[in-house]
Amino acid sequence: MEFILQPWPWWISGVLVGLTVPLLFVLTGQGFGISTSLQQIGAMCSPNSKLAYFAKYNRRAGLWVLLFAVGIAIGGFIANFWLSAEPVEFLPESYYTVQGGIRLLIGGLLIGFGTRYAGGCTSGHSITGIANLNWPSLVATLFFFVGGLAVTWGLGYLIF
Amino acid sequence: MNTESKSGVAAEDSITTTDETGSKMDRMVNPQRNADSSSIKPTRGMTGTTLFFALLVGIYFGIVLVKSEVVRWQRVHDMFMFREAHMYLIIGLGVIVAMISMLLIKRYHVRTIDRQPITYQPKPFHKGIIFGSILFGAGWAITGACPGPIYAQIGGGVGLAWLTLIGALFGMYGYALLQPKLPH
Repeated sequence: MEFILQPWPWWISGVLVGLTVPLLFVLTGQGFGISTSLQQIGAMCSPNSKLAYFAKYNRRAGLWVLLFAVGIAIGGFIANFWLSAEPVEFLPESYYTVQGGIRLLIGGLLIGFGTRYAGGCTSGHSITGIANLNWPSLVATLFFFVGGLAVTWGLGYLIF
Repeated sequence: MNTESKSGVAAEDSITTTDETGSKMDRMVNPQRNADSSSIKPTRGMTGTTLFFALLVGIYFGIVLVKSEVVRWQRVHDMFMFREAHMYLIIGLGVIVAMISMLLIKRYHVRTIDRQPITYQPKPFHKGIIFGSILFGAGWAITGACPGPIYAQIGGGVGLAWLTLIGALFGMYGYALLQPKLPH
């Protein structure tokens, strides 16, 4: 039990992350990818929108991804409050300021715009895409790191 | 009678209930099956079982995200700073395990629990994969979260993560507005 309450080592975590793909496929028939949940929320909040991005989207077929997202939140609750010896430090203290909040809003904006423009995120492209030998997903993953490294090394002094 | 012949599952169960009364009983025992059997293919992703299992796998993934610490800003920052291998090892091993799983699924023609074939929908290349990925990578480095971890952080009680989600929804709306004008 003590072992479970500590942070899990990379080799257990990696196997469990990878197993999400077959679990989801076998149990729901869906490909693992979570950023579509943003489009699902947008499409459900604007049912009469004329934007092609919402109008051509199948809200009923995409409903599973919303449940998947809610499940992740429940899992986050269980892991942090019931399965951890100490509370997990998600964000450093420097984020609990007005500037920190603005950083998260802007970062979130980039996540929402970027994942939807790229058609996937770490789960849909990096894990599921590469695992299925889909080469554009490998390109996407390389450019995730181009963006992340550029910000961390180029603008790091301004941001962090 | 007609509805039963459309689904392999129903056909197997109804071997002993070929008369009219039998199929009525079958309908009473499994009211959902007859409603679903004619519409499984075009509406996959919306049956009660699918939604339930999506929630269940979500809970599993949320626990893994938090216990592996990939939801921590510090871990993501240390990854981009090349200070530790933790994130690279988890993503790399995750890809390998997922790849082996997909090979086994294809090799043994594994089906879903609804007996549907498992198919991966390839994501084709377009210019957005380059531009969008760079923007997402920047957001990942700033917030320390990709879309999955945003939900895990919210569930884990980080009130600030709502700001990340609100930002992400605005970003998604921005893309929806600009989509016709962006290069693809």
